[in-house]
Amino acid sequence: MSTSALYNDQGGAEAAVEAGQESTPTSSGTGAAFGLFSTDFKKNEDLKEMLESNKESLKLEAMKRIVGLIAKGKNSSELFPAVVKNVASKNIELKKLVYVYLVRYAEEQQDLALLSISTFQRALKDPNQFIRASALRVLSSIRVPIIVPIMMLAIKEAAADLSPYVRKTSAHAIQKLYSLDPDQKEQLIEVIEKLLKDKSTLVAGSVVMAFEEVCPDRIDLIHKNYRKLCNLLVDVEEWGQVVIISMLTRYARTQFTSPWTEGATFDENNEKTFYDSDSEEKKEQTEAKPYIMDPDHRLLLRNTKPLLQSRNTAVVMSVAQLYWHLAPKHEVNIVTKSLVRLLRSHREVQFIVLQNIATMSIQRKGMFEPFMKSFYVRSTDATHIKTLKLEILTNLANEANISTILREFQTYVKSQDKAFAAATIQAIGRCATNISEVTDTCLNGLVLLLSNRDETVVAESVVVIKKLLQTQPTQHSEIIKHMAKLFDNITVPMARASILWLMGEYCERVPKIAPDVLRKMAKTFTAEEDIVKLQIVNLAAKLYLTNSKQTKLLTQYILNLGKYDQNYDIRDRTRFIRQLIVPNEKSGALNKYARRILLAPKPAPVLESAFKDRDRFQLGTLSHSINSKATGYQELSDWPAVAPDQSVRNVEVIEPVRNPSSSHTPYHSFTSYLSNCQFYHQNETSSDSESEEESSEESEKTSTDSGKSSSGSENSSSESESEQKKKKKTKKAPQKKSKPTHHLSSLMVAVQVILTNSSDHSLEEIHIGERSPAGLNIHCFNTIERLEPEASVTVSMGIDFSDSTQAANFQLCTKENQFSVSIQPAVGELLMPSTMTEQDFTKEQGKLLGMNETSATITMATANTSSQAISKQVLSVANVGVVSSSQNNFHRFAGRTVSSGALVLVSLELKESSSALLTINTEKSVMASMLLRDLKQALTQA
Amino acid sequence: MIHSLFLINHSGDIFLEKHWKSVISRSVCDYFFEAREKAVDPENVPPVLQTPHHYLISIYRGKLFFLSVIQTEVAPLFVIEFLHRVADTIQDYFGECSEGIIKDNIVTVYELLEEMLDNGFPLATESNVLKEMIRPPTILRSVVNTLTGSSNVGDTLPTGQLSNVPWRRAGVKYTNNEAYFDVIEEIDAILDKSGTTVFAEIQGVIEACVRLTGMPDLTLSFMNPRLLDDVSFHPCVRFKRWESERVLSFIPPDGNFTLMNYHVSSQNLVAIPVYVKQSISFFETGPCGRLDITIGPKQTMGKTVENMMVTIHMPKAVLNANLTATQGTYTYDLTTKVLVWDIGKLNPQKLPNLRGSLSTQLAISGNPRYIMTLKLSQLMLVDCLKVSRLDMYGEKYKPFKGVKYLTKAGKFQVRT
Repeated sequence: MSTSALYNDQGGAEAAVEAGQESTPTSSGTGAAFGLFSTDFKKNEDLKEMLESNKESLKLEAMKRIVGLIAKGKNSSELFPAVVKNVASKNIELKKLVYVYLVRYAEEQQDLALLSISTFQRALKDPNQFIRASALRVLSSIRVPIIVPIMMLAIKEAAADLSPYVRKTSAHAIQKLYSLDPDQKEQLIEVIEKLLKDKSTLVAGSVVMAFEEVCPDRIDLIHKNYRKLCNLLVDVEEWGQVVIISMLTRYARTQFTSPWTEGATFDENNEKTFYDSDSEEKKEQTEAKPYIMDPDHRLLLRNTKPLLQSRNTAVVMSVAQLYWHLAPKHEVNIVTKSLVRLLRSHREVQFIVLQNIATMSIQRKGMFEPFMKSFYVRSTDATHIKTLKLEILTNLANEANISTILREFQTYVKSQDKAFAAATIQAIGRCATNISEVTDTCLNGLVLLLSNRDETVVAESVVVIKKLLQTQPTQHSEIIKHMAKLFDNITVPMARASILWLMGEYCERVPKIAPDVLRKMAKTFTAEEDIVKLQIVNLAAKLYLTNSKQTKLLTQYILNLGKYDQNYDIRDRTRFIRQLIVPNEKSGALNKYARRILLAPKPAPVLESAFKDRDRFQLGTLSHSINSKATGYQELSDWPAVAPDQSVRNVEVIEPVRNPSSSHTPYHSFTSYLSNCQFYHQNETSSDSESEEESSEESEKTSTDSGKSSSGSENSSSESESEQKKKKKTKKAPQKKSKPTHHLSSLMVAVQVILTNSSDHSLEEIHIGERSPAGLNIHCFNTIERLEPEASVTVSMGIDFSDSTQAANFQLCTKENQFSVSIQPAVGELLMPSTMTEQDFTKEQGKLLGMNETSATITMATANTSSQAISKQVLSVANVGVVSSSQNNFHRFAGRTVSSGALVLVSLELKESSSALLTINTEKSVMASMLLRDLKQALTQA
Repeated sequence: MIHSLFLINHSGDIFLEKHWKSVISRSVCDYFFEAREKAVDPENVPPVLQTPHHYLISIYRGKLFFLSVIQTEVAPLFVIEFLHRVADTIQDYFGECSEGIIKDNIVTVYELLEEMLDNGFPLATESNVLKEMIRPPTILRSVVNTLTGSSNVGDTLPTGQLSNVPWRRAGVKYTNNEAYFDVIEEIDAILDKSGTTVFAEIQGVIEACVRLTGMPDLTLSFMNPRLLDDVSFHPCVRFKRWESERVLSFIPPDGNFTLMNYHVSSQNLVAIPVYVKQSISFFETGPCGRLDITIGPKQTMGKTVENMMVTIHMPKAVLNANLTATQGTYTYDLTTKVLVWDIGKLNPQKLPNLRGSLSTQLAISGNPRYIMTLKLSQLMLVDCLKVSRLDMYGEKYKPFKGVKYLTKAGKFQVRT
């Protein structure tokens, strides 16, 4: 597999890197060994002197110290004038450090910062893509509003740069400019729109990021790029994947109908499908329901699935959330294993993943139940992780596994970590209320805990028991009595208050004990905490109403104490209670209802998970993690009831005639192979079987309008074929060959086109219509009067590409229809051979040095070491002439560009083993780098 | 995306700050310090914090906090993963990730941070791409640099940035071509008081060290790939081939890397190679307690267990330990209350035992936690992943190949 062929062979071949690598000779700065002996004064004054000296090494040393200061957060802004002078330095490291400084302080010293701008503007035109990119990076990072127009211009230019790396940088610059000046939004959106069309995997992630930041609501920009993004996804770098997946999740929720069957609630009876490992099958689904998934929806699900195996946890999580929000219910399960796997990762990763699992496990127990043991708490876990695991275990509890879980909980209660032990008791309480079979067991267990040595455990148990008893108060007077006995030993206020409340609430069930407790409380009233005092007042009131004979005096005593309490809450409560229960002449009608007010049956508390309604946030987001809406959070919309027009995602270049006006006639669609043109040369050679394979794959892609060629799996192609038949599409398959130059004009490249009518009726008056760019010079073929079905005709035409690899676009018209055709030439085809002697060659080469020379060391494939094979390979790539050579290890080729006639000299010097030095001399540096890349590929490949 | 990064040491000093957008005052860290204070143990600091205007996402690694400031919605894992990648990169460059090392190389670290993010979005995180842009320091290079004035910073775009094998740079050359693979399996287990297995599973990882010239294309196949339940790959592995043929086909990165992580399917019962008999009790009456631990081999299939180590986290109330070990040595750290018993090789004839008394404060609560680490070299458990062959395409030479198997204790814990 060659390196430039698509790596994962998923996603279209166009994802292959398209731009050339440029290399410029490294000029190493010269300097004396001065730095070694520089003194160590840490004064800024001496830094200034060093910066103004003539010695590179001194300057570098100074800059390093300054950057050190910045890193430590110390101010060094007063050095700005001295530093900015060095922005044009030749020394690359010095320059970089100056950049760092500029970006940090330019905002504070705007006027001075302007001095550096011209340097960047110059660098933006540098032939080295790395320098262009870093100039743009710094220029856009300088937050000086005055240069907004310059930035805008630079971004626009960079967005059309040949190097994908520079285009990537421009996508980043868009966000920076937007935050500096939001008024530029409209213009920036135009650039984003353009960059979204980019086919490079390098650019995709960054531009989607820019999209998300600048115009996340312009979903319409995505339509045309949707399929491309899906197909490229596997080969995008991991950070870009995260951003793209999250954007596509949002997109899909607005464009497709819900794959979930009626009612979003999950039917537990369906559990069988849960464990069905083959969740990919569509059969099941289509049989059961009338719902048919949009092929684009399926495409997204299918193309994201392999990413579950990513080593990047953020990618795995984002795929998991995508499945959670978009996949049919029975397919969501495939993410489980991967999520559980992430639990082996770093502590912080575990935290986030567990949070998300907690939310998921509330709605879908079955997903994680088989992995229950993975959530067992280890004593080494951090507290927040323990609590989350506990939460999940509680969510997973059901009749079948509750005994295992409770046994597990028992060990947790004994933990040294008291906060965790308390949380476990709460969890037991929740299990007890959720699963009625075990309520009694839990209650008994909790009562046992009341005699625990640890106070927090006891207190928590009391609180939970209180809640449990409320749910079924009838049969538990024994427990209340038991608690009353323990009362003296319990000191935690919350627990005491809870017991008192229980006494009051169920005082009729413990008629003997309750008054006694009240008696004790009357004694200690003044020493109690406020919350206990309030409950004492409550208890007194309730007893007064039910058993006034025994407790009248006690109650009055307590009410008197309360009246003079320091806390106004307690004073208020006391007054209120007194008016309510003790009848006197002033008290009104309320008195009669005192009993009904105080002893009303109270609804039992519902013990709920803290993650209950977290699913209102998209999983995996910051908002979900902090459980509140973070700045810039984009809501996930509900599924639309009716899917919006699917055709918006069809890409025009491939499918030009999809406008409804022509719908009365049968569709004619040109599926063009042209973007992938097979030039004459390449066809002749037996060379790259690889590239041919690739191209056939690509053509398959362009031919299927569903855009799901990527994997080329049988499934997808057959599907799309049938789809085509269904839509009664006709297909013309033009093929094209080119000859070096056209016979009519020496400035043109000849292109041979085979037109095949694959529709079922004949096509008439085939000719060339509008072309773009407007000035495009094409020598047209004569109009073809008529082309019968299944017939082919070969025509030749001439196109002036003006020495650029930009595609030539024109309309191919028939009587009724027009089709857009785009021809992009391979760089080698823009040349014509030139004959010269070896002497001439060396002479010309001598004139084209420096900037005009591009070279690379390559490792030749074994098959390509003979001179014959080399010639064959080179000639297959570029249309150049062989220059006879006197040396055996030297191969020379010469050519001229077709339009401008600039010389292009290729020389190949064989070295020991299989390495070789490949040099291209020409003034067309862009061409040189592309040619170099192509040659390199051809020669390194067997 | 990521707005700023602060590196904070154990005692709460900020010793490096980097801003990718406008400068944020370091006072934003006060919210973090507050949470840090509350958490007592640095491990317990919540990774995500909310402050009135910012969100703080932090990781704790190598006794350092990497604290990032976020202003708008972003996937928290994205940030966490990135921060770990920063720590990995520093480790990769300088051999360790510690305050001292970072302070010594502050300019290089700063330059690295500059390259890794642009406007808060990751730009270059592949180690080999970074290494072409900013060369890692070596003694030889720093001497040469001072003499010649050349720099550590490359001025051309790293080849990896543009290629679609960004993890490998072009033009790698070795005189000895070798490829080594370590198949390391870790047993994660929780044993309860009586020694029964509560939970056990095997997690594996294949660590590779590949030093091959050129652009080799490797294929690694296994004898028993059915064993694998769940896997995650280095980006170099071609997923399609794995899905269809169950082989790992990849163009390897240069040097050391983790090729694959896997989980052995849970249908197979995990055999725990050792057993632990332990009793620990604290007397109600006096300020002391007793401890008795014996460890013996179980299901090791004739292989020796090496590097046995038992770590016991004692309750806070335990003041000192007075023990005797029949084999190995023990240490008790009074401040952290951790007892470490280093046993070494397990001798099946004479089982190692540690017993003695513990002096405690009167109030004793909670039970100690045991954590054991052990290593079984060359031990092939029944369900061990086995490599069947390694093939190389694309290059002519014959590389030296090697595979090593290792079974270790992962998160191995005994409950009390």
